[in-house]
Amino acid sequence: MKNFSDLYLALDQTNKTNEKVEAMVKYFKEATAADAAWAIYFLSGRKPRQIIPTAKLRMWAAEISEIPDWLFELSYDAVGDLGETIALLLPDTTATGSELPLAYWVENRTVPLRGLDESEQREAVAQAWNELDANERFIWNKLVTGSFRVGVSQLLVVRALAQVSGIEKEIIAHRLMGSWSPNADFYLNLLEASSKDADLSRPYPFHLAHQLDFPLEDLGDIRDWQAEWKWDGIRAQLIRRSGESFLWSRGEDLVSERFPEITTASFTLPDGTVLDGEILPWKDDEVMAFAQLQRRIGRKTVGKKLLEEVPVVLLCYDLLEFGCEDFRQRELRERRAKLIEILDNLPEDVRKTLIYYPVVEAKNWQELSKIRDESRSRRVEGFMLKRLASPFRVGRPRGDWWKWKIDPLTIDAVMIYAQRGTGKRASLYTDYTFAVWNNGELVPFAKAYSGLTDKEIRRVDRFVRDNTLETFGPVRSVTPKLVFELGFEGIQKSTRHKSGVAVRFPRILRWRDDKKIEDADSLDAIHQMLEAEN
Amino acid sequence: MRLIKPTKRGLYVEPGDFYIDPWLPVERAVLTHAHADHTYRGSKNYLVSKEGERLFRTRLYNEGNIETISYGKSKTINGVKVSLHPAGHVLGSAQVRVEYKGEVWVASGDYKLTFDPTCAQFEPVKCHAFITEATFGLPIYRWTKPEILFEEVNDWWRGNVEKGKATVIFAYSLGKAQRIMKSVDASIGKIFTHGAVERLTRDYRETGVEFPPTKYVGEVSDKKEFAGSLVIAPPSAQDTPWTRRFGAQSTGFASGWMRIRGARRRRAVDRGIILSDHADWDELLTAINATEAEQIWVTHGSIDILVRYLKSIGKDARPLETKFVGDAPESEMAKDEEENQQRINADDAN
Ligand SMILES: [Zn+2]
Ligand SMILES: [Zn+2]
Repeated sequence: MKNFSDLYLALDQTNKTNEKVEAMVKYFKEATAADAAWAIYFLSGRKPRQIIPTAKLRMWAAEISEIPDWLFELSYDAVGDLGETIALLLPDTTATGSELPLAYWVENRTVPLRGLDESEQREAVAQAWNELDANERFIWNKLVTGSFRVGVSQLLVVRALAQVSGIEKEIIAHRLMGSWSPNADFYLNLLEASSKDADLSRPYPFHLAHQLDFPLEDLGDIRDWQAEWKWDGIRAQLIRRSGESFLWSRGEDLVSERFPEITTASFTLPDGTVLDGEILPWKDDEVMAFAQLQRRIGRKTVGKKLLEEVPVVLLCYDLLEFGCEDFRQRELRERRAKLIEILDNLPEDVRKTLIYYPVVEAKNWQELSKIRDESRSRRVEGFMLKRLASPFRVGRPRGDWWKWKIDPLTIDAVMIYAQRGTGKRASLYTDYTFAVWNNGELVPFAKAYSGLTDKEIRRVDRFVRDNTLETFGPVRSVTPKLVFELGFEGIQKSTRHKSGVAVRFPRILRWRDDKKIEDADSLDAIHQMLEAEN
Repeated sequence: MRLIKPTKRGLYVEPGDFYIDPWLPVERAVLTHAHADHTYRGSKNYLVSKEGERLFRTRLYNEGNIETISYGKSKTINGVKVSLHPAGHVLGSAQVRVEYKGEVWVASGDYKLTFDPTCAQFEPVKCHAFITEATFGLPIYRWTKPEILFEEVNDWWRGNVEKGKATVIFAYSLGKAQRIMKSVDASIGKIFTHGAVERLTRDYRETGVEFPPTKYVGEVSDKKEFAGSLVIAPPSAQDTPWTRRFGAQSTGFASGWMRIRGARRRRAVDRGIILSDHADWDELLTAINATEAEQIWVTHGSIDILVRYLKSIGKDARPLETKFVGDAPESEMAKDEEENQQRINADDAN
């Protein structure tokens, strides 16, 4: 456990990717196969379900620390993380359990808690706390509450494993996808130079793109490029192998059951086919608002009514595997041609669910820029620009694929509430509520937290503390004084919001030091945008 | 009677007509210690501890009539008996004991109970009313024992030596910086200092506190010297071009707030070193109990929380409002940073 908690701290305390990789390499070199498997499991964002309700842990921790509940709550408020609060409050012990392996702590001391009754659980938890030091307790609390998270991307984990094993990154990444059990065998297979990857369900890593950050013309000749509308749905991979179908979302969730129409349609695909595409709510030959798709997300099973109201399609972009052969190294133009051929040959009713969309034709970049202005009315986010000769790569490499998104809608709004952040920002006021004018009154219309520099956050934090009007738990209302420019991706009507509108992906673009609150926008301006949108 | 009261100039001892750590100019001031938020310039007469004299003179630009008194010795001002007692915070830091008509009040200033080789150990003073700080007034704040902490720092430094890196620690230039240079294992490598640190360390040395040899960074011409060394600088030097000269480096920040992961991460250093000049939760309670005071006044930091807790264990505790209403680690840190910046500016001016 100690090695794993050291690894966690090392990853947590540096922002340098090289150091993160170095720390993981060190860990994997020393760890047993079973420990390494569990570490990968946790590092790649997988976690067991919550084993003990946080309310109970909280209560037991306060009792053992001999502090009143209110003081526990205030401590939690200051730390912002329950697992950490508990670890800091528990009395110091002379820990003995730390040398025992991670696999032991997970398999013998964590998972079995589920089967115990409450008093046995309390005893087991107290015993575990007693055997671990503060850092290890923190990690263990996270495991028990199913809330373990660490700031390391899958890509870095892959890099470290590739470094340890000498196996290509792509192979490791591929082997890590899909569902697997964290055990010694898995780890040994993962690093096995010649193991045949039998897992049928395994998707390929996604090829992602950066936002274009230089002049369009620098891409060269437009005839070397393919422009696709950038759709706003759920990026997904549809796999048909050996008579089975799997639909994976980019978050690496198996979502086959949530989108039964796509899964059913896939039964007609030739065996050994993998498609890259976007799950979109689609009706009468056009995309519906993202909010409609949200009604389908997060539901394990979908009722008939919803299926009718919000049907989905897989809008296919790319062909990754055909005839059981990995197509990713072929050129995009070839993959695309084959993709269209496959889709065109599907039965007619299936062609309504597995669809493709024509690429955008333009003679030059200038013309393409013009067409981009249609994005908002088409409910797309702009263009994806892909080099026709590009392979389907892994991760987010620069060069071949670019996102060329439209600028967000913007509004100048006044900050009226501030809330403490969570996790690493727990002691700072980082989450703000913004208001716009309506009949001489400021009405709240959006919450946003990202977009400021650390320095600005500290300045705003100080402003909040010095200009608090009222405090409600973690939230403070503040004197309306600060104006920010907010960007968002879309607006829709909302009956749940006082302002009558809801915005998508609101974020702070910049702090408008130069503006007074009188200069902030009005609700009318937003309603005008809403009309222009729809 | 309230022997010590908050006023807009600072804590005021009415029968004696003098102030403790006033932030506006007054006729007569008694100072607890030489940190910028306690020692303000502009008053006419100052009474300070003998041990802190050099630091006070530096901080006050040697202006005003500065009178010193040894710990435990008393002086009568307008019928009020005044004495200073070690607070264990930084060199020369003192609790102020005032006695008038049999009533004894003690203002703690900033204090800690943890061992610190650069200053006199905190001494509890029995009193009727005790004014305590509460900077770290939450049970989540519990300090690591210095032996263990500095062993970790030494290990980290040694590791950096092996990698050919400089070890750069950001720590307040008055108190913490000196505590670090005296507590680390100086046989590991050379110790370099930022100008602000070097200058105050000189005051320490002249007062008689011994340190391993240190060298002002500005005097180093060959940058290769920094590899494997320890550099001690104030927090405001972090992320400035000044740090580039050290080449490959591993950075640390020394503060009690580093106990919290979020604060550590936000600092964006390689190491959070949990080192504070203030009392942790347990020390606050120990110190308060040791005074046997009937009345506890809480100021500075988690005031409401400590008051509520003390009441819950049957003590007569009350909040004492002062200028510093800041309740949060971050604003405290920012304040301290500003303080350091002032110090550096002052340094540049000299
Ligand atoms: Zn101080
Ligand atoms: Zn202070």
